[in-house]
Amino acid sequence: MTCEETRILVHALIDGELDAGHAREVEAHVAGCPGCAAQLHDYRVMRQALAAAALRHQAPAALRARIEAALPARRPVVASSRRSLLQGFAMGGLLSGAMAAGLVVFVMRREEGQGILGDVVSAHLRSLQGDHLIDVQSSDQHTVKPWFNGRLEVAPPVVDLTAQNFALIGGRLDYIDGKPVAAIVYKRRAHVINLFVAPAAALVSGPEASPTIEQVQGFNIWRWTHAGLAYWAVSDINADELREFGEKLVAAINGGA
Amino acid sequence: MAGGIEGGDADRARRFRDAALPHLDDVYTLARYLLGSAADADDAVQECYLRAFRHFEGFRGQAIRPWLMAIVRNVCRSEFARRAGTASDLADVAEDALPMWQEADSSPETALLRQRDSQAVAALVAALPEPFREAIVLRDISDLSYREIAEVVGVPIGTVMSRLARARSVLRAAWLKSQNQPQFEERSL
Repeated sequence: MTCEETRILVHALIDGELDAGHAREVEAHVAGCPGCAAQLHDYRVMRQALAAAALRHQAPAALRARIEAALPARRPVVASSRRSLLQGFAMGGLLSGAMAAGLVVFVMRREEGQGILGDVVSAHLRSLQGDHLIDVQSSDQHTVKPWFNGRLEVAPPVVDLTAQNFALIGGRLDYIDGKPVAAIVYKRRAHVINLFVAPAAALVSGPEASPTIEQVQGFNIWRWTHAGLAYWAVSDINADELREFGEKLVAAINGGA
Repeated sequence: MAGGIEGGDADRARRFRDAALPHLDDVYTLARYLLGSAADADDAVQECYLRAFRHFEGFRGQAIRPWLMAIVRNVCRSEFARRAGTASDLADVAEDALPMWQEADSSPETALLRQRDSQAVAALVAALPEPFREAIVLRDISDLSYREIAEVVGVPIGTVMSRLARARSVLRAAWLKSQNQPQFEERSL
């Protein structure tokens, strides 16, 4: 392999885009060529520095809100505001971000019964975007639980599963089907698990239900109805791990109550 | 009945929102580096998502991130086309019009070792001429695969590879040059 060829292919090597055969050839050439070796070194350093340098921009919250506000919502009652929003959008942001953000809550957080799982996923996704994952940050269940007092009609059980490798990181107030729910946030390695808890009567029909897992839009959702409360745990961890989370949660709630 | 249409719209909007909004930062980042200003990037990204939603029905199967980034890239390019005088900035560059290798010499003294602060690195990337800046943003900042970059930029994978090689070569030369200028020196304490 020549230096010219190598100097293109080192990049594919660094980027993991080279098949094993070519990777070996490039490495063999570099081993015997100080010039190419120096370049490979520099490019590796450069790639690491680029990765470490926080060069990715975060979209402003107002921009996100304007885009969300421009998308249609289901309820006909908001159709007219939607149309005017869309118009504002097309005309290049006549609408102020704050006003749009207020409307987002109004037009987005309403769904019919069968849309609840979709709503759960949307709430999960929203929590991962922007910086609104938690309102109360604490790994202490005795801090998180009282925080919900007065914010919700029910007191959701907050259990610490850190010992079971599901670290409690905090809680926030969220909305499912337009109704306020508790969102208790756990982490498994780098993955966020949102556990939504709400009065069962408001959101699900039917009696107690044993835990089930299903997949919605690529996310796993674990659901359970127990003692008048409906639970949804949603995450991108695999179904087995989420099931394990559910089992630990059920055991802690049954045992601790 | 109107309710049905609204329902269909809402489902489409929900699917679009869930699929497209998680990539907002990547789309915005590309627009920022292509256009330079935050306000212009805002407008371009809004326009991108509006267009994407309009054509979402026709979108099937492929990964959505490169699709969105191709759209925002087109929006940015037409924005440049509209501004007289700067139209050439994002114009396609003939591949062989660029010098093939302008590698800076390598020796122990010129080795690129230093960890640079974010601002200095961002300035180096921002100063890159197109299409190199775009290549670096897509690969090194947004972590797209070569195949995805080919899709966004609309060129064969071979072109992606040679463009990226040149982009990094130009960036490395600028990097070496800046680290040898005292005002850019960073004290290690």
